[in-house]
Amino acid sequence: MSVAPVEIERTESESATWEVPDPDTPWVTIVHNDPVNLMSYVVYVFQSYFGYPKEKARKLMMDVHHKGRATVSSGSREEMERDVQAMHGYGLWATLQHDK
Amino acid sequence: MAGLFEPARHGGASLTLDAVEASILRSLTVQMLELLGPEDEPDEDADPLARLFAEGPSKPPADPALARLFPDAYGEGDDAAEHSAEFRRYTENDLRTRKRDDALALVRGIDGGSSGRKGRVVLHLKAEDCRHWLGALNDLRLTLGTRLDVSDDPEEAEALYRLPDEDPRKPLMMAYLWLGGLQETLLDVLMGN
Repeated sequence: MSVAPVEIERTESESATWEVPDPDTPWVTIVHNDPVNLMSYVVYVFQSYFGYPKEKARKLMMDVHHKGRATVSSGSREEMERDVQAMHGYGLWATLQHDK
Repeated sequence: MAGLFEPARHGGASLTLDAVEASILRSLTVQMLELLGPEDEPDEDADPLARLFAEGPSKPPADPALARLFPDAYGEGDDAAEHSAEFRRYTENDLRTRKRDDALALVRGIDGGSSGRKGRVVLHLKAEDCRHWLGALNDLRLTLGTRLDVSDDPEEAEALYRLPDEDPRKPLMMAYLWLGGLQETLLDVLMGN
Protein backbone atom coordinates (compact mmCIF):
# COMPACT_ATOMS: atom_id res chain seq x y z
CA MET A 1 0.00 0.00 0.00
CA SER A 2 1.38 3.42 -0.88
CA VAL A 3 0.72 6.83 0.53
CA ALA A 4 -0.46 9.49 -1.91
CA PRO A 5 1.32 12.88 -1.86
CA VAL A 6 -0.60 15.51 0.08
CA GLU A 7 -1.24 17.75 -2.96
CA ILE A 8 -2.93 14.99 -4.92
CA GLU A 9 -5.13 14.11 -1.97
CA ARG A 10 -6.33 17.68 -1.82
CA THR A 11 -7.18 17.69 -5.53
CA GLU A 12 -9.23 14.53 -5.10
CA SER A 13 -11.24 15.89 -2.20
CA GLU A 14 -12.01 19.11 -4.11
CA SER A 15 -13.43 17.19 -7.02
CA ALA A 16 -15.35 14.78 -4.82
CA THR A 17 -18.56 16.82 -4.79
CA TRP A 18 -19.39 16.13 -8.45
CA GLU A 19 -17.59 12.86 -8.82
CA VAL A 20 -19.58 10.04 -10.41
CA PRO A 21 -19.55 6.89 -8.25
CA ASP A 22 -17.06 4.32 -9.40
CA PRO A 23 -19.03 1.61 -11.25
CA ASP A 24 -16.75 -1.01 -9.70
CA THR A 25 -17.72 0.03 -6.18
CA PRO A 26 -19.88 -2.77 -4.86
CA TRP A 27 -23.37 -2.28 -3.56
CA VAL A 28 -24.43 -3.62 -0.21
CA THR A 29 -27.65 -4.86 1.37
CA ILE A 30 -28.24 -3.48 4.85
CA VAL A 31 -30.72 -4.93 7.32
CA HIS A 32 -32.03 -2.48 9.92
CA ASN A 33 -33.15 -3.21 13.44
CA ASP A 34 -36.86 -3.22 14.18
CA PRO A 35 -38.66 -3.90 17.45
CA VAL A 36 -41.00 -6.61 16.14
CA ASN A 37 -39.02 -9.28 14.29
CA LEU A 38 -37.93 -12.17 16.52
CA MET A 39 -34.18 -12.69 16.86
CA SER A 40 -34.61 -16.37 16.00
CA TYR A 41 -36.57 -15.44 12.88
CA VAL A 42 -33.83 -13.07 11.66
CA VAL A 43 -31.24 -15.86 12.14
CA TYR A 44 -33.53 -18.25 10.25
CA VAL A 45 -33.83 -15.80 7.33
CA PHE A 46 -30.06 -15.24 7.11
CA GLN A 47 -29.49 -19.01 7.14
CA SER A 48 -32.21 -20.03 4.73
CA TYR A 49 -31.97 -17.19 2.18
CA PHE A 50 -28.21 -16.49 2.16
CA GLY A 51 -27.20 -20.01 3.18
CA TYR A 52 -24.96 -18.58 5.91
CA PRO A 53 -23.78 -20.98 8.62
CA LYS A 54 -25.58 -20.60 11.94
CA GLU A 55 -22.68 -18.77 13.65
CA LYS A 56 -22.41 -16.14 10.91
CA ALA A 57 -26.18 -15.72 10.75
CA ARG A 58 -26.28 -15.28 14.50
CA LYS A 59 -23.45 -12.73 14.54
CA LEU A 60 -25.14 -10.66 11.81
CA MET A 61 -28.41 -10.77 13.74
CA MET A 62 -26.62 -9.55 16.90
CA ASP A 63 -25.04 -6.72 14.88
CA VAL A 64 -28.48 -5.69 13.64
CA HIS A 65 -29.82 -5.86 17.18
CA HIS A 66 -27.02 -3.99 18.97
CA LYS A 67 -25.68 -1.64 16.28
CA GLY A 68 -29.03 -0.97 14.64
CA ARG A 69 -27.93 -2.28 11.25
CA ALA A 70 -25.64 -4.77 9.55
CA THR A 71 -24.35 -5.31 6.04
CA VAL A 72 -25.59 -8.76 5.09
CA SER A 73 -24.45 -9.08 1.46
CA SER A 74 -22.56 -7.24 -1.27
CA GLY A 75 -22.40 -7.39 -5.04
CA SER A 76 -23.82 -5.70 -8.12
CA ARG A 77 -26.75 -3.34 -7.84
CA GLU A 78 -29.06 -5.90 -9.52
CA GLU A 79 -27.99 -8.60 -7.06
CA MET A 80 -28.59 -6.30 -4.11
CA GLU A 81 -32.03 -5.31 -5.41
CA ARG A 82 -32.84 -9.00 -5.52
CA ASP A 83 -31.62 -9.48 -1.94
CA VAL A 84 -33.54 -6.45 -0.68
CA GLN A 85 -36.71 -7.66 -2.38
CA ALA A 86 -36.22 -11.07 -0.75
CA MET A 87 -35.68 -9.46 2.68
CA HIS A 88 -38.89 -7.43 2.25
CA GLY A 89 -40.63 -10.68 1.31
CA TYR A 90 -39.53 -12.14 4.65
CA GLY A 91 -40.61 -8.95 6.42
CA LEU A 92 -37.14 -7.69 7.32
CA TRP A 93 -36.46 -3.98 6.94
CA ALA A 94 -33.65 -3.78 4.35
CA THR A 95 -32.14 -1.18 2.04
CA LEU A 96 -29.36 -1.18 -0.54
CA GLN A 97 -26.71 1.43 -1.11
CA HIS A 98 -23.26 1.98 -2.54
CA ASP A 99 -20.57 0.58 -0.28
CA LYS A 100 -18.47 3.33 1.35
CA MET B 1 -50.16 -28.61 24.13
CA ALA B 2 -52.83 -26.35 22.66
CA GLY B 3 -51.96 -23.09 20.99
CA LEU B 4 -48.31 -23.74 20.13
CA PHE B 5 -46.44 -25.69 17.44
CA GLU B 6 -44.85 -29.07 17.97
CA PRO B 7 -42.78 -31.24 15.67
CA ALA B 8 -44.96 -33.72 13.77
CA ARG B 9 -44.02 -37.40 13.88
CA HIS B 10 -43.45 -37.65 10.13
CA GLY B 11 -41.85 -34.25 9.54
CA GLY B 12 -43.54 -30.85 9.38
CA ALA B 13 -45.34 -29.31 12.32
CA SER B 14 -48.48 -29.92 14.33
CA LEU B 15 -50.73 -27.37 15.95
CA THR B 16 -53.89 -27.77 17.97
CA LEU B 17 -55.99 -24.65 18.44
CA ASP B 18 -59.05 -24.38 20.61
CA ALA B 19 -62.15 -22.93 18.93
CA VAL B 20 -61.48 -19.39 20.20
CA GLU B 21 -57.81 -19.41 19.15
CA ALA B 22 -58.69 -20.71 15.68
CA SER B 23 -61.34 -18.05 15.29
CA ILE B 24 -59.03 -15.22 16.44
CA LEU B 25 -56.16 -16.32 14.20
CA ARG B 26 -58.44 -16.71 11.20
CA SER B 27 -60.11 -13.37 11.76
CA LEU B 28 -56.78 -11.50 12.18
CA THR B 29 -55.48 -13.09 8.99
CA VAL B 30 -58.62 -12.21 7.02
CA GLN B 31 -58.29 -8.63 8.25
CA MET B 32 -54.71 -8.59 6.99
CA LEU B 33 -55.86 -9.95 3.61
CA GLU B 34 -58.35 -7.08 3.43
CA LEU B 35 -55.55 -4.66 4.27
CA LEU B 36 -53.33 -6.16 1.55
CA GLY B 37 -56.21 -5.67 -0.88
CA PRO B 38 -57.29 -7.75 -3.87
CA GLU B 39 -54.98 -8.58 -6.71
CA ASP B 40 -55.00 -5.75 -9.27
CA GLU B 41 -57.28 -6.87 -12.07
CA PRO B 42 -56.74 -5.12 -15.38
CA ASP B 43 -59.92 -4.04 -17.24
CA GLU B 44 -61.85 -6.94 -18.72
CA ASP B 45 -61.34 -5.52 -22.18
CA ALA B 46 -57.63 -5.10 -21.66
CA ASP B 47 -55.06 -7.28 -23.34
CA PRO B 48 -54.49 -10.39 -21.16
CA LEU B 49 -50.80 -9.69 -21.48
CA ALA B 50 -51.32 -6.33 -19.81
CA ARG B 51 -51.41 -8.10 -16.48
CA LEU B 52 -47.90 -9.41 -16.97
CA PHE B 53 -46.59 -5.94 -17.59
CA ALA B 54 -48.72 -4.14 -15.03
CA GLU B 55 -46.59 -1.78 -12.98
CA GLY B 56 -46.93 -1.44 -9.26
CA PRO B 57 -47.30 1.81 -7.33
CA SER B 58 -44.43 4.27 -7.06
CA LYS B 59 -45.38 5.78 -3.69
CA PRO B 60 -45.17 4.10 -0.27
CA PRO B 61 -48.56 2.98 1.09
CA ALA B 62 -50.32 5.55 3.30
CA ASP B 63 -51.30 2.95 5.91
CA PRO B 64 -48.42 2.63 8.43
CA ALA B 65 -48.71 -1.17 8.65
CA LEU B 66 -48.58 -1.52 4.86
CA ALA B 67 -45.70 0.95 4.76
CA ARG B 68 -43.85 -1.38 7.16
CA LEU B 69 -44.62 -4.43 4.99
CA PHE B 70 -43.47 -2.59 1.85
CA PRO B 71 -40.61 -0.28 2.90
CA ASP B 72 -38.44 1.89 0.66
CA ALA B 73 -35.48 -0.01 -0.81
CA TYR B 74 -33.11 2.96 -0.99
CA GLY B 75 -32.48 4.85 2.23
CA GLU B 76 -29.46 7.02 1.47
CA GLY B 77 -28.24 9.26 -1.30
CA ASP B 78 -29.71 12.12 -3.33
CA ASP B 79 -31.62 9.81 -5.66
CA ALA B 80 -32.97 7.52 -2.93
CA ALA B 81 -36.61 8.59 -3.37
CA GLU B 82 -36.46 8.22 -7.15
CA HIS B 83 -34.75 4.82 -7.00
CA SER B 84 -37.15 3.61 -4.29
CA ALA B 85 -40.11 4.60 -6.47
CA GLU B 86 -38.73 2.70 -9.44
CA PHE B 87 -37.95 -0.38 -7.31
CA ARG B 88 -41.48 -0.27 -5.90
CA ARG B 89 -43.05 -0.16 -9.37
CA TYR B 90 -41.32 -3.41 -10.30
CA THR B 91 -41.49 -5.32 -7.02
CA GLU B 92 -44.46 -4.32 -4.88
CA ASN B 93 -47.08 -6.30 -6.83
CA ASP B 94 -45.02 -9.48 -6.49
CA LEU B 95 -44.45 -8.85 -2.78
CA ARG B 96 -48.16 -8.30 -2.21
CA THR B 97 -48.90 -11.55 -4.05
CA ARG B 98 -46.45 -13.44 -1.87
CA LYS B 99 -47.91 -12.03 1.35
CA ARG B 100 -51.44 -12.70 0.14
CA ASP B 101 -50.50 -16.32 -0.71
CA ASP B 102 -48.96 -16.85 2.74
CA ALA B 103 -52.04 -15.46 4.47
CA LEU B 104 -54.39 -17.52 2.27
CA ALA B 105 -52.42 -20.68 3.11
CA LEU B 106 -52.97 -19.95 6.80
CA VAL B 107 -56.73 -19.41 6.37
CA ARG B 108 -57.07 -22.55 4.22
CA GLY B 109 -55.04 -24.49 6.76
CA ILE B 110 -57.42 -23.54 9.58
CA ASP B 111 -60.48 -24.25 7.42
CA GLY B 112 -59.06 -27.61 6.36
CA GLY B 113 -57.98 -28.72 9.84
CA SER B 114 -59.63 -31.75 11.37
CA SER B 115 -61.93 -31.10 14.29
CA GLY B 116 -61.00 -32.43 17.66
CA ARG B 117 -62.91 -32.55 20.90
CA LYS B 118 -64.75 -29.41 22.06
CA GLY B 119 -64.34 -27.67 18.70
CA ARG B 120 -60.56 -27.92 18.69
CA VAL B 121 -58.85 -27.56 15.31
CA VAL B 122 -56.01 -30.01 14.72
CA LEU B 123 -53.47 -29.11 12.04
CA HIS B 124 -50.59 -31.01 10.49
CA LEU B 125 -48.47 -28.76 8.29
CA LYS B 126 -46.06 -30.05 5.67
CA ALA B 127 -42.73 -28.28 5.17
CA GLU B 128 -44.15 -26.06 2.39
CA ASP B 129 -47.15 -25.08 4.54
CA CYS B 130 -44.77 -24.29 7.42
CA ARG B 131 -42.97 -21.71 5.29
CA HIS B 132 -46.26 -20.04 4.29
CA TRP B 133 -47.40 -19.99 7.92
CA LEU B 134 -44.06 -18.60 9.11
CA GLY B 135 -44.34 -15.73 6.61
CA ALA B 136 -47.98 -15.05 7.45
CA LEU B 137 -47.32 -15.10 11.21
CA ASN B 138 -44.46 -12.64 10.76
CA ASP B 139 -46.58 -10.32 8.59
CA LEU B 140 -49.36 -10.49 11.19
CA ARG B 141 -46.92 -9.54 13.96
CA LEU B 142 -45.54 -6.66 11.86
CA THR B 143 -49.08 -5.43 11.22
CA LEU B 144 -50.18 -5.69 14.87
CA GLY B 145 -46.83 -4.34 16.08
CA THR B 146 -47.33 -1.23 13.96
CA ARG B 147 -50.90 -0.76 15.24
CA LEU B 148 -49.68 -1.17 18.84
CA ASP B 149 -46.71 1.13 18.22
CA VAL B 150 -44.32 -1.49 19.63
CA SER B 151 -40.95 0.20 20.16
CA ASP B 152 -37.40 -0.60 21.23
CA ASP B 153 -37.71 1.71 24.21
CA PRO B 154 -37.62 -0.55 27.31
CA GLU B 155 -40.05 1.60 29.30
CA GLU B 156 -42.62 1.74 26.51
CA ALA B 157 -42.26 -1.99 25.94
CA GLU B 158 -42.76 -2.63 29.64
CA ALA B 159 -45.92 -0.50 29.61
CA LEU B 160 -47.35 -2.53 26.73
CA TYR B 161 -46.68 -5.77 28.61
CA ARG B 162 -48.50 -4.44 31.67
CA LEU B 163 -51.57 -2.90 30.07
CA PRO B 164 -54.54 -2.80 32.47
CA ASP B 165 -57.46 -5.03 31.51
CA GLU B 166 -59.66 -2.07 30.55
CA ASP B 167 -57.12 -0.72 28.04
CA PRO B 168 -58.56 -0.99 24.51
CA ARG B 169 -55.17 -2.22 23.24
CA LYS B 170 -55.11 -5.18 25.63
CA PRO B 171 -56.79 -7.80 23.36
CA LEU B 172 -54.54 -6.84 20.43
CA MET B 173 -51.46 -6.99 22.66
CA MET B 174 -52.40 -10.45 23.92
CA ALA B 175 -52.89 -11.63 20.35
CA TYR B 176 -49.52 -10.10 19.43
CA LEU B 177 -47.75 -11.99 22.24
CA TRP B 178 -49.47 -15.26 21.36
CA LEU B 179 -48.51 -14.87 17.67
CA GLY B 180 -44.92 -14.42 18.87
CA GLY B 181 -45.15 -17.75 20.72
CA LEU B 182 -46.65 -19.43 17.66
CA GLN B 183 -43.90 -18.11 15.43
CA GLU B 184 -41.14 -18.97 17.90
CA THR B 185 -42.35 -22.57 18.30
CA LEU B 186 -42.75 -22.96 14.53
CA LEU B 187 -39.15 -21.75 14.14
CA ASP B 188 -38.03 -24.29 16.77
CA VAL B 189 -39.62 -27.03 14.69
CA LEU B 190 -38.10 -25.76 11.42
CA MET B 191 -34.62 -25.31 12.90
CA GLY B 192 -34.80 -28.65 14.67
CA ASN B 193 -34.28 -27.13 18.11
